[in-house]
Amino acid sequence: MLKAEIYITLKETVVDPQGKTVKHALEAMGYRNLEEVRMGKLVVVKLNYRDKKRAIEEIEGMCKRLLANPIIENYSYKITKI
Amino acid sequence: MVTPKNYEALGLSLEEYQKIIALLGREPTTTELAMFSVEWSEHCGYTHSKKMLQLLPKTGKYPTLIGEDSGGIIVDGLAIVFKMESHNHPSQVEPKQGAATGVGGIIRDIFTAGARPIALLDSLRFGPLRGPYNKYLLTGVVDGIQFYGNCVGVPTVAGEIYFDESYSGNCLVNVMCIGIAKKEKIARARAKGKSNSIIYVGSSTGRDGIGGCSILASKEFKKDEEKRPTVQIGDPFTEKCLIEATLEALSTGFVVGIKDMGAAGLTCASSEMAAAGKSGIKIELEKVPLREQDMAPWEIMMSESQERMLLCVKKGKEKIIEKIFSKWGLNANVIGKVTQDGIVHIKYKGKTQVKVKASDLTSAPMYEVNYTKPDYLNAVNRLDMTKIAEPKDYNKILLKLLSSPSIASKEWVYQQYDHMVQTNTIVLPGSDAAVLRLKGTDKAIAATTDCNSRYCYLDPYQGAQIAVAEAARNLVCSGAQPAAVTDCLNFGNPTKPERFWQFKKAVEGIASSCQIFNLPVVSGNVSFYNESPNGAIFPTPAIGMIGIINNIKKTCTQYFKKENETIILLGICKEELGGSEYLKEIHKIVKGDAPQLDLSLEEAVQETTKEAIKKRLVSSAHDCSEGGLAVALAESCISHKENMTGAVINNLNFALRLDALLFGESQSRIILSCSKDYVTKIRQIANKYKAPLRIIGKTGKETLTILRGRRKIINMSLEELSKAWYKSLPKQIKA
Amino acid sequence: MRFGVIIFPGSNCDQDCYYVIKDVLKQPVKYIWHQERELNNYDCLVLPGGFSYGDYLRTGAIARFSPVMKRVVDFAKRGGLVIGICNGFQILLESGLLPGAMLRNRSLHFICRDVFVKVENNQAPFTILYRKKQVLKIPIAHNEGNYYIDEKGLRELKSNNQIVLRYCSKTGKAEDRFNPNGAKDNIAGIMNRQGNVLGMMPHPERSAETALGSEDGLLIFKSMLNWFKDK
Repeated sequence: MLKAEIYITLKETVVDPQGKTVKHALEAMGYRNLEEVRMGKLVVVKLNYRDKKRAIEEIEGMCKRLLANPIIENYSYKITKI
Repeated sequence: MVTPKNYEALGLSLEEYQKIIALLGREPTTTELAMFSVEWSEHCGYTHSKKMLQLLPKTGKYPTLIGEDSGGIIVDGLAIVFKMESHNHPSQVEPKQGAATGVGGIIRDIFTAGARPIALLDSLRFGPLRGPYNKYLLTGVVDGIQFYGNCVGVPTVAGEIYFDESYSGNCLVNVMCIGIAKKEKIARARAKGKSNSIIYVGSSTGRDGIGGCSILASKEFKKDEEKRPTVQIGDPFTEKCLIEATLEALSTGFVVGIKDMGAAGLTCASSEMAAAGKSGIKIELEKVPLREQDMAPWEIMMSESQERMLLCVKKGKEKIIEKIFSKWGLNANVIGKVTQDGIVHIKYKGKTQVKVKASDLTSAPMYEVNYTKPDYLNAVNRLDMTKIAEPKDYNKILLKLLSSPSIASKEWVYQQYDHMVQTNTIVLPGSDAAVLRLKGTDKAIAATTDCNSRYCYLDPYQGAQIAVAEAARNLVCSGAQPAAVTDCLNFGNPTKPERFWQFKKAVEGIASSCQIFNLPVVSGNVSFYNESPNGAIFPTPAIGMIGIINNIKKTCTQYFKKENETIILLGICKEELGGSEYLKEIHKIVKGDAPQLDLSLEEAVQETTKEAIKKRLVSSAHDCSEGGLAVALAESCISHKENMTGAVINNLNFALRLDALLFGESQSRIILSCSKDYVTKIRQIANKYKAPLRIIGKTGKETLTILRGRRKIINMSLEELSKAWYKSLPKQIKA
Repeated sequence: MRFGVIIFPGSNCDQDCYYVIKDVLKQPVKYIWHQERELNNYDCLVLPGGFSYGDYLRTGAIARFSPVMKRVVDFAKRGGLVIGICNGFQILLESGLLPGAMLRNRSLHFICRDVFVKVENNQAPFTILYRKKQVLKIPIAHNEGNYYIDEKGLRELKSNNQIVLRYCSKTGKAEDRFNPNGAKDNIAGIMNRQGNVLGMMPHPERSAETALGSEDGLLIFKSMLNWFKDK
């Protein structure tokens, strides 16, 4: 089996009020020198096959078609054997 | 881990365990013991409260419907089904999901009766906002309600939020749901008809909440106890699909009975459906869709996974029903059938796990409970008014009261709720009651929740009577005829005699008030064990009430509408400060007696208001409650943001201490505004009912000015008043 | 004029839209289940508000793959009228029928209240009965109404007159302080280049009867009727 961990994040040009709010909360808790906080999503897809090439092709397709909205989001992923 | 010897860990007493052995003629199996422990728990079995609840009237002006899980009234062939339920302990532990699943659960009780849910109301209570955990609870609960209610498409239209020290450590989340159906379409929660099928629909079963209702709701919070695993996660999307699929399935006519799997899941649903239908039920547990590996039979029976229901379907029609649910993406599996022997027979992979009479499971023992009048009442009921200094600056006091979280505007909260979906909300949150139109008719329903628990602390009988009277008064101010009641009775540990005394008195108070107003209590819920190391909560018998407006054009709201209209006070101002918000917020005292309630005066004032509104003589009607007359007048001036209208009050010459006059919470008072031309007619109506009437001033200008003789005791701009009232709650939350 | 209201699992304003079209506008209307693969005999399709698929992953992201959406795209290409309200607007954005994307409200809260919007383009089939710059009172109810489009996209919207509604004050000032959710350029509603697909965040079906406090939203439906009659 293969496991794909897909990270979906907002593009740099998009404002992230949730990230800002979380940053303020962390600072209120006493954490200093926080440069920035951005919120994103983690999607874990377990694939019931071992062909890494096929996995890359399929995960790319999933990201482009559904998991990330290219107007506002970037995606990256890593695929490991489990 | 449940074993036959674990009865104590499951919340059963030795006597109860022995009773079970006597009923069965043998020791119970693991799964049987688990089932008894939840069916006989306080939450499911009402062991300490059933006897008292029998006092509550079940008849009223309209024909009543009392079902297994909810109830309602019938108006012109339309069944209006409603109920209020608590989700206190889960919300204290995990506020967002606790509140969300509370919303989900009460909605299910309504649509499983065959009614389309049309509105939600919430009665919430927290400790003071200064405490960070209380802030977290408030924001979490509001988030949970908006998360679930908005997604499921049922508008949250009204409610109340109170703050008091007694709720620190044990918040209250009471949720009420209203639904409507043609009266022939009402469904029952019973399994009937030999060989009819038992079908499980909805989400798959996991280990969520195992023991939740028996453990969480039947014991107090002790310090450091980890109850986190017993809270479930709500899925409003699945629930929305369930609503549509269920109503569609019910319309086929092939569904004999249906029940929500709520507290204690499959256990409650199977045993109670069988008992209600005077039938038996046979279930094959391996047919239950699971989402976790290796679940033991007792776990499957005890799971409180959300968004699941049990249906009893006519033999041969299973595929039709399954198709409807699968269209909406939901599981629908036949897991058993109805038998005639009255036995709940549960098998797992061929082996019998449970073989118990349904009636044994559902006949939880009823306890005679000891009660004694609490000692604290002697001290607390003594209020020496001479020791209360009259303030010098009444403007400051009014501002302080308008800013206090219990009185301040809750706009910050209700603007997070979709209160308009279904396009029935004629009177939005912000007035005395919400009003929902009934499409296709000229009628409307008014709805409210009410309870001043401080009064109940000082006098549970009177406080409970007042809760009913106040709810009715709020509905009357909207132009409605109060019609029926649901209740959510929140109290401490009933095995403590002083707490049970409070419960007993409150139920007696509700019963007496309902009798006088001819109101049936059609449904309700009891939540005991609301105690933490800080102590018990104030006795809180929350009342949910609906009223009927026969002509939707004759609806009324609480805000002044025009300048130069006459302001009338119906009722009497008495010198009583006991239990008032003023005494608490300004003098930091909770003492005295609950305000007096003269039920015939209350009736006179309500009938006058009702008739005046019906005859279209009234521009606005608002009752006096927390904060007294001055706060009620301020609210009438500022509660409609786009059209704030001031007032000059110059005829309040009652011979009372000024603070009692302005902020005392005398009952049975309603403020009306009307055109000068209608004053005579309104006076005639008041005379007919013998309601005291006094013209106290008129609307106009941009200030609220209250004069005593020539002296301006209150003189504030609408801007200042509205700033305090609207901005206070969000300010204190963000602080 | 034949209307079709599409129901996705999780839509919750479908009955409200149906009611306005049938009982207030008195036009023929049918429900269309999201799995329909044929769409015949409709003049206008309505994608109603709600939480299709629970708003899981991203609002509208999953609904856009429903079988009916292929037909909606074809219908729009052929010039049929399509109106997406709130979640419907979000689905039109995800499906590419309208440009841009929706982000979470900048306040991070769900907002349900009346807002004022002004009609920036009153030449569209959806707005011909309004005066230019007319201010309307229509309620919003959403978690994700923060419309986003990049600078190039915004320039194109402007040059092609695709901005139909902007959030504003009671007197028509489209300033940031009257913007309830942070939407780019105060945009509350846009249409496609062709001018036959409209997406708007406010709910006109909640503002179509005096009983509900305002009839300002009704003219959107009436405009479509008028435009259709004159065609």
